[in-house]
Amino acid sequence: MPWETESKALLKSRKITSFPHSACKMATEGLHENETLASLKNEAESLKGKLEEERAKLHDVELHQVAERVEALGQFVMKTRRTLKGHGNKVLCMDWCKDKRRIVSSSQDGKVIVWDSFTTNKEHAVTMPCTWVMACAYAPSGCAIACGGLDNKCSVYPLTFDKNENMAAKKKSVAMHTNYLSACSFTNSDMQILTASGDGTCALWDVESGQLLQSFHGHGADVLCLDLAPSETGNTFVSGGCDKKAMVWDMRSGQCIQSFETHDSDINSVRYYPSGDAFASGSDDATCRLYDLRADREVAIYSKESIIFGASSVDFSLSGRLLFAGYNDYTINVWDVLKGSRVSILFGHENRVSTLRVSPDGTAFCSGSWDHTLRIWA
Amino acid sequence: MSGSSNVAAMKKVVQQLRLEASVTRVKVSQAAVDLKQFCLQNAQHDPLLTGVSSSTNPFRPQKVCSFL
Repeated sequence: MPWETESKALLKSRKITSFPHSACKMATEGLHENETLASLKNEAESLKGKLEEERAKLHDVELHQVAERVEALGQFVMKTRRTLKGHGNKVLCMDWCKDKRRIVSSSQDGKVIVWDSFTTNKEHAVTMPCTWVMACAYAPSGCAIACGGLDNKCSVYPLTFDKNENMAAKKKSVAMHTNYLSACSFTNSDMQILTASGDGTCALWDVESGQLLQSFHGHGADVLCLDLAPSETGNTFVSGGCDKKAMVWDMRSGQCIQSFETHDSDINSVRYYPSGDAFASGSDDATCRLYDLRADREVAIYSKESIIFGASSVDFSLSGRLLFAGYNDYTINVWDVLKGSRVSILFGHENRVSTLRVSPDGTAFCSGSWDHTLRIWA
Repeated sequence: MSGSSNVAAMKKVVQQLRLEASVTRVKVSQAAVDLKQFCLQNAQHDPLLTGVSSSTNPFRPQKVCSFL
């Protein structure tokens, strides 16, 4: 526009003659914003470059090289020891109770079941008002469970052993998102819940009042998973999403402290290494990766040319030496975290493995599948 | 004006990148050694790694059921 170029020239020469005031203001504002936007974009690009440079400088060795002298793992004999049957449709999520024996699971048909994994008995069952209950979690006390999915909410159900009581009657709605709930976890107590949603955010809620305590913005697409840092390492958690990013958050400030973008597709699962210094991720790009938080970079990739289906769920054994990963090709692969090699492949499920968690005392792990069952492996 | 919200959004991106760039990092060699140490130190206490006998693992097959 002619008056824009004129005003540019005038500003340069610092001669300002009479202009219609509004046009002048608009022209100079537009000009100022364009310059600011451009300079911000430049700064962003140079910061990204600097970040990569700094990370690369410290990349002096690979994890598997450091682990060369570590004794190789022997043969693993891991079998299905229990099969939990009772869901009428795809199992989407499960969580262990701290008592190392009870399990809560949720499925596509809206059912949430609490099992005794030793006996395979069902102890509680509730039907949610929505289908696709994608998230469920056991409260630290063992006295309640949380779940949610397509209802965009996270609800808490106290567990009662009174046979006359209707579990659904005591339901408490805690979290409200503007899209589906993909993951939820109680923090150190029954009082707070952390949620992740298809609306691109994570949030921290007070269970009693339902109040939003903190929200976490930064993902560019649906957030699919989250995991809380082991309590000794402080108030942080990691989340993964459809934007291929894994982000580490400060729970108090809502600030993203570190972010990692090396996967080629959606990150379906994230789990902290037991020391809290690293975390693993499982993705639709058929790889699992290990990110070290102090080195601020990816330090290992767990992949094979023969593995072409997405990894849906990952968890570590107690020492962090083994990484169990469930895949969309119905298998579970067991990886040597240090050496980067696969040590075992477990068959059994008849459809996608959708969820996988190691028990609190590390004696077994449980997998849930689209084949409607859960399996306990040891 | 969409212009100013673009600027505001961009400012947030730059602020976030500044924060992430200022993180103190250790060399991978150091971080890797610590990961390895943790694994080795805790290996004995990892039932899935060491394989736990039936007597201590509630999930492994154990005594035969007997009718009382």
